[in-house]
Amino acid sequence: MDVQRGSRGGDRDEATMIASILAGETQLYHELIRPHERSVYMMALSYMKNEADAEDVAQEAFLKAFRALANFRAEAKFGTWLISITLNEARNRLRRKAAVPMESLDVPDDEPGAVSPALLRDWREVPSEALERGEVRSLIASAVEALPEIYRCVFVLRDMEEMSVNETAEALSLSVPAVKVRLHRARMMLQKQLAPQLRAVVPAEKKRRWFPW
Amino acid sequence: MVIECKHVWNHISGYLDGTLTAEEQVMIQTHLEHCEICSAILDSARNILVLTADDRVFELPVGFSERLHARLAAELGTVAGDTPPSPM
Ligand SMILES: [Zn+2]
Repeated sequence: MDVQRGSRGGDRDEATMIASILAGETQLYHELIRPHERSVYMMALSYMKNEADAEDVAQEAFLKAFRALANFRAEAKFGTWLISITLNEARNRLRRKAAVPMESLDVPDDEPGAVSPALLRDWREVPSEALERGEVRSLIASAVEALPEIYRCVFVLRDMEEMSVNETAEALSLSVPAVKVRLHRARMMLQKQLAPQLRAVVPAEKKRRWFPW
Repeated sequence: MVIECKHVWNHISGYLDGTLTAEEQVMIQTHLEHCEICSAILDSARNILVLTADDRVFELPVGFSERLHARLAAELGTVAGDTPPSPM
């Protein structure tokens, strides 16, 4: 995992690299973006819902970031700036294609309390070996993709790409409390959907081999 | 202090992330020790996080990085005007 949760490491290197790139050492851009390739692609995929479009959006976002690098402000994190460029690129494309109706960002329905998790007395452990099964991976992938946009983008950045709450808030231009509430709802929605599905596909005799708490 | 399960559910994310106040933390912890349902929900939520954070669930397409850097090399060469695209 390239973006460590809450880590500030590498910022100085990034700032130095960006200065050098702007001074003409453009080849350094390849190194600058390597740690961010996955999170940019995942963000693009969570919007575009297919690999080809997601790859296109990711490439375009990296190109746009390069062209706009002089506008990057050092007080921001490069990674979160990249994500916001990716998000704009993905949304613009969806708008142009009009293939997917855009969900309004103004109806967050953010009250806590509104989500009640499934009651799962008998489901506690799913072995991580379950991920060797394509069936399990695709259940999880579909559940993440099916989250409403406002929850999905928060979940992708914070829980899948392991950005901090603050970085997620910055990348999505949201408040920290909004990120926390959406994250909680996303997690509860996923649990409610996935727990019964996983219980159905994961063999019972394997259930207690993982997480002995 | 006795709290309802429903109240605990609203704090599950905070509990997992360690962002609750000390008082909330104790309250939730005490409830979890006695409530099978809430501790099962907590474990389920934690498992979902572990599974979704696994890079195997969403993989980068084969050759993604190579194609990206090839395109960038072409672009950077053009924009900078001084460095020919490097063969990736
Ligand atoms: Zn309870």
